[in-house]
Amino acid sequence: MTDSTPLLKLSDINTFYGQIHILQDISMEIRSGELVCLLGGNASGKSTTLKTILGIVSPRSGTIEFDGADVTDKSTSFRIGQGMAIVPENRRLFAPMTVLENLEMGAYLRDDDHSEDLEQVYELFPLLADRKSQLAGTLSGGEQQMVAMGRALMSRPKLLLMDEPSMGLAPILVEQSFEIIQQVHQAGVSVLVVEQNANMALSIADHGYVLATGRIVLADTAEVLTEHEGLKKAYLGR
Amino acid sequence: MEFFLQQTVNGLTLGSVYALLALGYSMVYGILKLLNFAHGEVYMFGAFAGYGVLTVLGGSSAPLVPIWLMILLMFVAAVVVSSTIGVALERFAYRPLRNSTRIAPLISAVGASFFLQAAALLLFTANSRSYDAPNLIAIQTGIPIGPIRVWMVRVMVIVTSAVLMILLTLWVNRTRTGKAVRAVSFDREAAAMMGIDVDKVIVITFLIGSALAGVGGVMVGLVFGRVFHLMGFVAGLKAFTAAVVGGIGSIPGAMFGGLLIGFAEAYTTGYISSTFQNLIVFALLVVVLLVRPRGLFGREELVKV
Ligand SMILES: Nc1ncnc2c1ncn2[C@@H]1O[C@H](COP(=O)(O)OP(=O)(O)OP(=O)(O)O)[C@@H](O)[C@H]1O
Ligand SMILES: [Mg+2]
Repeated sequence: MTDSTPLLKLSDINTFYGQIHILQDISMEIRSGELVCLLGGNASGKSTTLKTILGIVSPRSGTIEFDGADVTDKSTSFRIGQGMAIVPENRRLFAPMTVLENLEMGAYLRDDDHSEDLEQVYELFPLLADRKSQLAGTLSGGEQQMVAMGRALMSRPKLLLMDEPSMGLAPILVEQSFEIIQQVHQAGVSVLVVEQNANMALSIADHGYVLATGRIVLADTAEVLTEHEGLKKAYLGR
Repeated sequence: MEFFLQQTVNGLTLGSVYALLALGYSMVYGILKLLNFAHGEVYMFGAFAGYGVLTVLGGSSAPLVPIWLMILLMFVAAVVVSSTIGVALERFAYRPLRNSTRIAPLISAVGASFFLQAAALLLFTANSRSYDAPNLIAIQTGIPIGPIRVWMVRVMVIVTSAVLMILLTLWVNRTRTGKAVRAVSFDREAAAMMGIDVDKVIVITFLIGSALAGVGGVMVGLVFGRVFHLMGFVAGLKAFTAAVVGGIGSIPGAMFGGLLIGFAEAYTTGYISSTFQNLIVFALLVVVLLVRPRGLFGREELVKV
């Protein structure tokens, strides 16, 4: 599955919110076909990293390469068009719109027929087929997670970014979510999953990065990180 | 009965125009959470654009083109002028302030409103102009409805507004861009995360809202005759009231609110006195807001999920 070309490469990224220096010299890469996790405690800069990758916020310095091209100065819409997709923190569904409309928004940039992808999403989450006319805001948390994932998949991404998929879900639903992530990964999509739940994330990842107050403090294979004694205590605050 | 019907037609005509204007307030508010104070002026310029075409093409008494073409060209000119102004407002008065405090674009909107009023004063002077519509369209021609005849122009205003509102509703519910407008209105950042070009969607919203206001301007000119540089103020205030009564941000709410205000005004004028028409309209606003603070169609705030 894995080959050597990096699909995504961040080099020396520095991101600020106003005067506050959030991301400090972040470098990381995700190779095609990999499942990488980014671990870190609250406010360590995980979501900011994803927003920087997507171009929702711009880094003050550093470069972002995606699929062989420098996208540092490109718009979010361009990057999505090139094959990025995200399941945002807290899912961020369009609550007053139906499940189907939410899924369609995932395919917003696609001009081709996406009925096949819709079928695939319904296959992955059969429940959504029954709920397609229901307003997204009235779904349960677990159902919303399915819509958020389905919505991201509707763009047929090369790289799927996931911001804390386990947040606010019961353990059984967390497990289901991670199973789906694995399925998507096995279907050939590269994945970057941001998590505070280190065990869960490392159990499915190839590689992991650990972020603490805006810096990468550890980067290694998932096996090594799983064995790492002080990881959780030192960096994840638990 | 005859009188009642007459007032009902008045209310429907007036209400259609308020609804078209209210849509612009509501859509812009929905997407930017901004009260576009200058919207009434966008409507006023639309009315003048229509007047300009009418004058250039010979005026009501000696039109150089067939009446239907004349009216069509007046609408086209109004749409072009109003949407250009609307898009310029967004670009120069609001976009630069989008990431500042919430009050800043509001103040900019008030400034833009005065600026456009002053510009109209310079361009068109303080004299009011008349479309002289009865001359343009023989006043006798009308459709008989029960005991009354409804003047053709009113039929046209009511039908055109209804068609535009149906088209807008279909557009916003069925098309990709229409859905993107709703997505951006609900959560701008999440919409951007889907690849939606938020700036483009905001421009489209201004374009459509302003075009509808321009159409409304010409309609008022055709039905009520007089156009003048301050006409946007009161009309804008009432349309805004309509948008709030309906539930600001809601498209069906703006339509319903507009019609409600139109009827309230027509019946007050007909059965009480035109002196009280504004009193009743704003009393309606107060009552609705006391009973339903989010307006008639305003949804309970859906939490961002
Ligand atoms: N829009 C913003 N403006 C200013 N500061 C921000 C903004 N967004 C995030 N921050 C700050 O940046 C820091 C990193 O935030 P970020 O959301 O990236 O953390 P996180 O690792 O995702 O945390 P969590 O696990 O709580 O989601 C925090 O201190 C946060 O307060
Ligand atoms: Mg976060």
